[in-house]
Amino acid sequence: MAVNPLAKYLRPGSLPHFFCPGCGAAQVMNYFLQAADRVKLDFGELVAIGGVGCTARIPVYLNCDALHGVHGRTLPWAMGAKLHNPDLKTVIFAGDGDAAAIGGNHLIHASRRNLDVVMIVVNNLTFGMTGGQAAPTTPRDLRTMSTPFGTVEAPFDICQLAMTSGATLVSRWSTARGREGTDAIARALEHEGFSLVEFVAQCPTNFGRRALRSGDPWQGLQWIDEHSVTARDVSKVDLKDINGRFVLGDFVQEHRPVFTGSSVVGASRGHEGGRA
Amino acid sequence: MLGNYAVVEGALAAGCDFFAGYPITPANEISEHMARRLPEVGGVFLQGEDELCSIYAVTGASLAGAKAMTATASAGFNYMQEGIGYAVASEIPCVIVDVQRCRGENFATQADVMQMRWGASGDHELIVLAPSSVQELFDFTVKAFNLAEEYRTPVIVMSETTIALMRENLVIPHQEAIHIVDRRTPQVPPERFVPFEAQPNTTPPFPVLGAGYRVLHSLNPHDDQGGIAWDPDVYEKLYARITGKITRHRGSITEAEEHHLDDAEIVLVTYGSEGRPALDAVLAAREEGIKAGLLRLLTIWPVPEEQLVAAAKRSSAMLVVEMNIGKYAGEVERVCSGLSPVSRVTKNRGAIHTATEILEAIREAVV
Repeated sequence: MAVNPLAKYLRPGSLPHFFCPGCGAAQVMNYFLQAADRVKLDFGELVAIGGVGCTARIPVYLNCDALHGVHGRTLPWAMGAKLHNPDLKTVIFAGDGDAAAIGGNHLIHASRRNLDVVMIVVNNLTFGMTGGQAAPTTPRDLRTMSTPFGTVEAPFDICQLAMTSGATLVSRWSTARGREGTDAIARALEHEGFSLVEFVAQCPTNFGRRALRSGDPWQGLQWIDEHSVTARDVSKVDLKDINGRFVLGDFVQEHRPVFTGSSVVGASRGHEGGRA
Repeated sequence: MLGNYAVVEGALAAGCDFFAGYPITPANEISEHMARRLPEVGGVFLQGEDELCSIYAVTGASLAGAKAMTATASAGFNYMQEGIGYAVASEIPCVIVDVQRCRGENFATQADVMQMRWGASGDHELIVLAPSSVQELFDFTVKAFNLAEEYRTPVIVMSETTIALMRENLVIPHQEAIHIVDRRTPQVPPERFVPFEAQPNTTPPFPVLGAGYRVLHSLNPHDDQGGIAWDPDVYEKLYARITGKITRHRGSITEAEEHHLDDAEIVLVTYGSEGRPALDAVLAAREEGIKAGLLRLLTIWPVPEEQLVAAAKRSSAMLVVEMNIGKYAGEVERVCSGLSPVSRVTKNRGAIHTATEILEAIREAVV
């Protein structure tokens, strides 16, 4: 029987995984493995970090050093590890809860500092693991388990937040655009500095069934794709025109010194306190 | 030297090479001194965006091989409980200094004594040391790092406004004279290493991130391989070991200092800076012919039960001295129940006891 060529990157004995059939987070794990394989990522020097939630379980299945189990603190963990040993390759897998709700403050500051880690955000627009409550990313006028009369809060744009705060690589794709998304992860893995790749992803079980009234993963993908618009340059997108759609694209890739600590001898003499 | 500076020098002497903290009075001098000193010795100083960032950066750095520390004060210590709980569950050594203060005001207190022990959710044991002087802030910080590495657990140094902002003489021993415990790392290759396999009540070796051992560190209940497992037997065994590694070594972890206990009829029990006026009061009582003694607990968690029982057995009264509404006194009552009557003299008004106040309590207790 043929073995999936990416199976060698999985932690022995960790399957079967716990993702629901049709889960977008599991798709993103697949994209990550394809990208890692392409850039020949050394899993012996990889630290994969997840907080709490469905996406946060991805590191559990990867055959590398991994941290898991506290909601929202993926970036501080990564920062401690990375500042002590800059040679570690550190990749965070965060849901929209980890990244933009409980961990939102850390995201702002990791972007500002240009911390040299990769953050892959699976934005399934809901709190999936806890049963489908509204998230800071849930679009308006959708019924969820915690908004029985429809969402009234304006949703967060995670990529805009990261870009405004200074992240040096920012892309957003969706699970309906796997090829572009995989390319973005590959670029992020080779980028030095804070990289954020967001995937708008379907959650058939707890977003689809509740907000979209369909638990069919295919319909979830189609809904995301119909509500997406691709942009070369997000700064040129007229937000009034997009009418609540997800703007997809590779938005930023620039070079800036990475963070090495808050107190660096000689920092005031002009090298911004970072490794050039 | 300033007490807060002594903490820094003690940490550096112990090999600390990572510090993360968020500004808060009266712990600021620890961060500020670290910011200057750590880069000089090749370490990393991080000013986190909050206390949560600080405690998790400390555990992340420790996982990567650092000897890591944070310092905060009571209000900030609240925020760190989540990260302390994670460090306990995932067995990550680190040192936390809590300079206790009164609800946003920088007055003297020992009000966090129970939070040090019980602040984090879930089952856990913690090691907490209670220095009473600038010298002990140095010495106990060194000891905290050693205990953290030996038992793979967070260790808390219970500081107080009184000693943190006090200047006293400090003798820093030659580096060779300072006992340092380093991390026990696996002696077998990755393919033969079982990350969380250990004898009951012991700690497994600890490979650093990136060393090729590919360990999953999860807060969730995990089996010997580190795999997340909901199995009541796995859970029970894991927490029996994580708590047992502290409680079963109570005798070698705990320390208490004895003064005039040989013939003491009344034994004062105290900890931290309260040990200073308590000793003065004992000496004054003896001048009045009252046979008083002092048992000063240098380790407050786990409770030095053997030392307390021994003191209770040979005295006719115990008097707990503490600077809060009376918290640790309950522990002393629990341990000494049936051996010796326990009374308490507490002070909860932002100031340390005077020796006179304690002496009056001694007089009342022996009437």
